[in-house]
Amino acid sequence: MAASTIELKIKRQDGPDAPPRWEEFSIPYRPKMNVISALMEVRRLPVTKDGKRTTPPVWDANCLEEVCGACTMIINGKVRQACSALIDQLTQPIALEPMTKFPLVRDLTVDRQRMFDALKRVHAWIPIDGTYNLGPGPRVDPNVQGVAYSLARCMTCGCCLEVCPQVTPTSAFVGAAAISQVRLFNLHPTGGMHAGERLEALMGEGGIVDCGNAQNCVHACPKEIPLTESIAAVGRQTTGHVLRRLFGR
Amino acid sequence: MVAQPKTVVVGGGLAGLMAVIKIAEAGIPCQLFSFVPVKRSHSVCAQGGINASVNTKGEGDSPQIHFYETVKGGDFLANQPPAKGMCEAAPGIVYLLDRMGVPFNRTPEGLLDFRGFGGTLFSRTAFAGATTGQQLLYALDEQVRRFEAEGLVEKFEYWEFLSVVRDGDGVCRGIVAQDLRTMEIRAFPADAVCLATGGNGVLFGKSTLSMVCTGSAASAAYQQGAIYANGEFIQVHPTAIPGEDKLRLMSESARAEGGRVWVPRDGKPWYFLEEKYPKYKNLVPRDIATREIYHVCRVLKLGVDGQDVVYLDLSHIPAETLDRKLGGILEIYEKFVGDDPRKVPMKVFPGVHYSMGGLWIDYEADGSGAIVAGSPRNHQTNIPGLFAAGEVDYEYHGANRLGANSLLSCFYGGMLAGPAMVNYTKGLERSCEAVAPSVFEAERKREAEACNRIYALGGTENPFVIHKELGEVMTDNVTVVRYNDKLQATDNAILAFMDRWKRIDINDAAKWANQAVSFTRQLWNMLEVARVITLGALRRDESRGAHYKPDFPERNDAQWLKTTLATWTPSGPEFRYAPVDISLLKPEARKY
Repeated sequence: MAASTIELKIKRQDGPDAPPRWEEFSIPYRPKMNVISALMEVRRLPVTKDGKRTTPPVWDANCLEEVCGACTMIINGKVRQACSALIDQLTQPIALEPMTKFPLVRDLTVDRQRMFDALKRVHAWIPIDGTYNLGPGPRVDPNVQGVAYSLARCMTCGCCLEVCPQVTPTSAFVGAAAISQVRLFNLHPTGGMHAGERLEALMGEGGIVDCGNAQNCVHACPKEIPLTESIAAVGRQTTGHVLRRLFGR
Repeated sequence: MVAQPKTVVVGGGLAGLMAVIKIAEAGIPCQLFSFVPVKRSHSVCAQGGINASVNTKGEGDSPQIHFYETVKGGDFLANQPPAKGMCEAAPGIVYLLDRMGVPFNRTPEGLLDFRGFGGTLFSRTAFAGATTGQQLLYALDEQVRRFEAEGLVEKFEYWEFLSVVRDGDGVCRGIVAQDLRTMEIRAFPADAVCLATGGNGVLFGKSTLSMVCTGSAASAAYQQGAIYANGEFIQVHPTAIPGEDKLRLMSESARAEGGRVWVPRDGKPWYFLEEKYPKYKNLVPRDIATREIYHVCRVLKLGVDGQDVVYLDLSHIPAETLDRKLGGILEIYEKFVGDDPRKVPMKVFPGVHYSMGGLWIDYEADGSGAIVAGSPRNHQTNIPGLFAAGEVDYEYHGANRLGANSLLSCFYGGMLAGPAMVNYTKGLERSCEAVAPSVFEAERKREAEACNRIYALGGTENPFVIHKELGEVMTDNVTVVRYNDKLQATDNAILAFMDRWKRIDINDAAKWANQAVSFTRQLWNMLEVARVITLGALRRDESRGAHYKPDFPERNDAQWLKTTLATWTPSGPEFRYAPVDISLLKPEARKY
């Protein structure tokens, strides 16, 4: 028999320099709720469990279908998307905290800009000649497409960075997501023509050698992207690239 | 002629990003504003695919047939030259996306694979699993990032568009926007501005749309004089998963790949769509499928367990095929419902999905009905210098959109809007730089004061509660089946919400990352557009596409083959009607 209320604990922080505090909420239970709908309920009546008025909690969310990556947070100690976190599958009180590897904005929102900067650093794009009509793209083996699609589903949510011991608020490590994107673009017939520049980008400080092989990333990825395979593949490509450069080929 | 034009694009979904790419490709800098990091825009939610009549399956498909089916699907309310231009451009667009690296599904020969979709009998839809929108958005996001790295594009993410800046002649000279972290409100001069801010499904409370799709930006422009067209045409998708926070789309591609819709009747499955539409079966256009499901659940009371539920059944299809072609959506059903759709039928019901209406935009066609590429009239609103592209505009889809045409129209709209903006700036006599600073300051100040008034609202109402109630009223009365008395009552309810809005307490005085302020502002904008939708529906006494009135069950071309044009006034929307461009295809009865 389900409980008639949902007990929530939210780690609140008014801004990057403000002290954190926990606030507890007790909200009415309805079947099939997720963490987002619980947060929506709090927002409609921002009063804590002990009857104190408070501000509506601040969180990021958009698609609510686990394809945009926005609503990532730490739920009962595990980093994941709040939309696909179903209340019926969580132990109460449900603890909600912001991710810790990114600068805090307010309450449950953080700034994941470093992930987008990493995509820029590794040239995570196909350098097309232009958007005018140049006919079809290259033919692609359906099996290669299958691998590419599995890698292309990365939504830059940050779970892999959150669980990585090598990623800290001050470390330069680009993390698994960006490395896996290098594999994706190097796999493409056109992207592969420019593999060298992506590998070069991964060879400096904060690049692929900073990976400590903890393998937490692959377990944390909500899209089951084979991140450790990607790191291994890109590692081999980088070695090959270094050798080719060394022997001038 | 302006030497170094400045451009602004608001919205980083498919349409906005494509406009940015076209502008940057012309060597002109562009500032891109988005409420969320652009990679998280609502385009990610599109699942099934993008239409292009490439005819790789030897079925005899052609862009002309695509055009005809698009116009017929839209019940002849779409202006025909733009729809034709879109369908003709489609194969080139899909090839371009292919070149950008979108991992489209492939045939054994390594070619692009295509599948069927609603409203057609051809395999015309290119797809990347069942997360096509996500893959398309990422491809454009990557190209924009490349231009960003080159210094041509400057992103303003977590910024909210508040209003356009209009000079003394009414010309758009830039925008006012708010940084959603520092809450700073600033004016950005620009010679051309494009709104690519998406749909407005959130004003229906729960819909298949993302949380940012409040339509607030379009509403703000409407309140500043932009004409809002065909607002009453709202697509309700036949198959969504009901949820507490939103309705999750269950793509039409599920039916394209063989999914069957049924309810139990007399102890046996009743495939009511297949029975009534033997030719198109489960792939009749969305408005029709949705009305049939409503009829079965609400009138015949044959919904599963007496509820507003029908089955969407994939369980007869091999799991391997499902995983390869529909993986993304099966995962959604599994994660959010907990059942495996490879084994049991999914439980679905219609949900608000898309706005065919939106900001009125112009186009230029030549004598043969072909769109004039590069014309500054293309995608320009009635406010000079203000453009619109994507779901926010009213073009292409008429009274009902065909599945897999939305990604196409976003892309095509951006492809037209970008060059139109560039060419518009070339024709300007003076640049935004030459406009008096007081023009920008006046608009900035107006928005800053409006923001301060929201902080100061000192009542007892909660904005999120008002929004929930608005959504319930709109969903009950202004979606699938519409009656004039209920529409009138809905407008009265909206007026009451507007009154309550003035007694809101936002419960948050923070001058940093204050979401309540932003939402409250958007709520007002939702209420303004809710009136456009409701009153537009009230006036249109006919049934056409997604707009269905049992009291006026027939399409009435003599009176209503017209585009609805709403103009904001302090006392509510004022309506006019304009002829539809039907120069290429003669309206005919819409039968499937």
